Amino acid sequence: MAARRSRIPATKYPVERFTLDNGLRVVLTPDRSAPVVGVAVLYDVGIRSEPEGRTGFAHLFEHLMFQGSENLEKLAHFRHVQGAGGTFNGSTHLDYTDYYETLPSNALERALFLEADRMRGPRLTEENLRNQVDVVKEEIRVNVLNRPYGGFPWLTLPPVMFDTFPNAHDGYGSFTDLESATVDEATDFFRRYYATGNAVLAVSGDLDVAEATTLIERHFGDVPARPAPRRPDFAEPDLTAERRQTYTDRLAPLPAVAAAWRVPDPIGDFAGYLPYVVLAEVLTDGEASRLVERLVQRDRAVTGLSGYLGFMGDPFDVRDPTALLLQAHLPPGGDVDKVLRVVDEELDRLATDGLPADELARTQARMATHLLRDTDAVLGRALRMAVLEQQRGEPGLLNELPRLVGGVTTDQVRAAAATLRPERRASIEVIPGGAR
Amino acid sequence: MTATVDTAVRTLPPLGRNRRLKPPKQAERRLPNGLTVIAVRRPAVPLVELRLWMPFGRTHLARGALLSQTMLSGTPTMSSVQLAAELQKVGGGLSAGLDPDRLMVTGAGLVTGLDRMLEILAEVLTGATYPNGEVATERDRLIDRVQVAQSQPAHLARAALLKRIYGRHPYAVQTPEPDQIRAVRPAALRRLHAERVHPAEAVLVLVGDVQPDRALDAAERALGDWRGAGHRADLPPTPPLEPGPLLLVDRPDSVQSSLRIALPAVGRTHPDHAPLQLANLLFGGYFSSRWVENIREDKGYTYGPHSAVEHSVAGSVLVAAADVATEVTGPALLETSYELGRLASVPPKAEELEQARQYALGTLQLGMSTQAGLASLTSAYASNGLRLEFLAEYAARLAGATVEDVAEAAARYLAPARGVVLVLGDAARIRGQLEALTPVETEPA
Repeated sequence: MAARRSRIPATKYPVERFTLDNGLRVVLTPDRSAPVVGVAVLYDVGIRSEPEGRTGFAHLFEHLMFQGSENLEKLAHFRHVQGAGGTFNGSTHLDYTDYYETLPSNALERALFLEADRMRGPRLTEENLRNQVDVVKEEIRVNVLNRPYGGFPWLTLPPVMFDTFPNAHDGYGSFTDLESATVDEATDFFRRYYATGNAVLAVSGDLDVAEATTLIERHFGDVPARPAPRRPDFAEPDLTAERRQTYTDRLAPLPAVAAAWRVPDPIGDFAGYLPYVVLAEVLTDGEASRLVERLVQRDRAVTGLSGYLGFMGDPFDVRDPTALLLQAHLPPGGDVDKVLRVVDEELDRLATDGLPADELARTQARMATHLLRDTDAVLGRALRMAVLEQQRGEPGLLNELPRLVGGVTTDQVRAAAATLRPERRASIEVIPGGAR
Repeated sequence: MTATVDTAVRTLPPLGRNRRLKPPKQAERRLPNGLTVIAVRRPAVPLVELRLWMPFGRTHLARGALLSQTMLSGTPTMSSVQLAAELQKVGGGLSAGLDPDRLMVTGAGLVTGLDRMLEILAEVLTGATYPNGEVATERDRLIDRVQVAQSQPAHLARAALLKRIYGRHPYAVQTPEPDQIRAVRPAALRRLHAERVHPAEAVLVLVGDVQPDRALDAAERALGDWRGAGHRADLPPTPPLEPGPLLLVDRPDSVQSSLRIALPAVGRTHPDHAPLQLANLLFGGYFSSRWVENIREDKGYTYGPHSAVEHSVAGSVLVAAADVATEVTGPALLETSYELGRLASVPPKAEELEQARQYALGTLQLGMSTQAGLASLTSAYASNGLRLEFLAEYAARLAGATVEDVAEAAARYLAPARGVVLVLGDAARIRGQLEALTPVETEPA
């Protein structure tokens, strides 16, 4: 059968950028195909910026941003968004924290009002703080402590790979740290990081650029200006010797392992970084990928496998230092050493023999589908453009990603594979404490 | 309070004019072999979403589960790796899954690859070979997955609740045991495929950057030769809920208790459905509900309490779920019964209902605004014999439901006396708390 190579398509979402006098950066991307809008506000502060002794503080603070603000009582934010037919949430990442809504477009001004109000200042009270510490503890219990493989590997691998507090610590936080958080600390955190100069607002979907600009100026224009804090350097040297740790998960019935290698700076060396994004998919995307074919189908050494960039799984929302991760779940009695050995072998093979052009092309076509699919939702577009604006000053890059991914060559993938050596690897093994 | 310079009171801006729910362009055709194809146009991104379901009730659980895991493992001309590679070439991917009513094939790909995706789908539907080696591999993987599921509280609570509410109905057990999976042979899968993977009464949904008529033609070209007599197996209606003592499922050392309550519900076309949905929102169906505001935002007992109406072919049920700290399990149950009882006994305020109504109507718009959302909605509606046109009628029913309608629905469906209550947790630590409130019956996980 003749190789059918699909042309990689692109989107043409229009992009408008401007900055308000108070330093707030704004991105608009209109699309009138459905009567809905996505609104996203990003602050350039995340897990890496939280103070020592205050693990989990960035996430706890995210919860506090929903507890009422200058003109809004507790619960009002939720009710106003949902009472307009919308949905909302927020999330805390390594390098940023986002707050967002999707709404019918007739509620755009309402969403802008709500976001501007909490940008002026959340209601930070002792009662709200204690309540949300309790809620966050239950979040940690449901997602980490009461289930098998909780926090694996996003919380358990960074302390193996990294040495400094910002990169290595538990971003969900210890109960002791959470319980000792104070309102004063929250006030300081807000003043320092939730500054207009440290924020990006992105609005996508059913909007008119001129009207939306007027509304944004009306609601955000008089939010008091504060400059962005200096972002510390979180750099750490690459590993020079393999690191490997194990722990027992009392609930896990089967063994698992995750391995990570440092990759080039996603912002400073995007061209050097992209081949690793493609490599992760060549290795693990679907039954026809290198490692699934070998480890799952042929050797039956693992039962589930995934590979991705960034500890939280998104290649395009993270700064240096970051990593390529492989994560494998093993059958009963599975041999982790053997799995790592086969991974090394397959990486060697890729580095030595390269890969056929059609293998790369089909992987890139599939990646294009995933990228395009993510941007179909107005909110996905607003969030991604906001991150690209914040970290790169380049929201329009979203339109280019499928083609940039498609432009990565076999030689680049091969060279990337050659750097994933065992001596640069950090890995964490889960010993099943719950085997029956 | 945080320091701010401006203290002028600002008021919430009013909502703009609502845009009406506009159904997308679509077309439908029933092929001579019995397959219904529905194509919907949403050209936002150059992709197409694919959903195919076939009626699959009353199949052997382990065989059905393994069939869905191995359907894409080989055809007379392609191995599993080749199938995956051929799909990847057009940016595509397919996967199969199972529920007690249906076998579903789900996928998405570049719209330029639609013909090829359909061609490969047809090859799988008419010629899946279930090769011995691949079946053996997938059998072990499925067993491992079931074992991992059985260590998760959410799964254990769900399985125990299904058993409790469905009794001897086929819905009672939806996950096969490892031993049952181990006994499945490839020949049994080939037989099951021959018996049940048929176009009769199956529905294919294609949504995306397509011209609907041309997408129907493409589907007919690829799938017109898919044949087979439709062996159908109807499920009996689900039994009514039988409230009784609280069922406490012991999971020693659990640091949370999984609280689950099943309540009666009705299907999408029932006249009570819209008022019931609104009553459910008021109780726990969205964040601004009484239950969430009480046990999360006021008391801090839990992170993500939620309730939802679940529709299956043989019946509907409302399930409320919260994972609460072990030490407040009793208090959380108390507040839950209180909120259900209050809603069932006292009519809601008009503005509270209005807020829930706007949410219900707005999220219909949001759900239709992506290709994937439209595809899933079209497919779910079709499995209840409905089409997207029903959205307008549903919206009208939501808009028309009065405070009295919702109060009546709450009394009929949300009364705590009608609920089946289950708690999975550390019995030694929570039995006493629960027994203070209600009779309790304990069983091991």
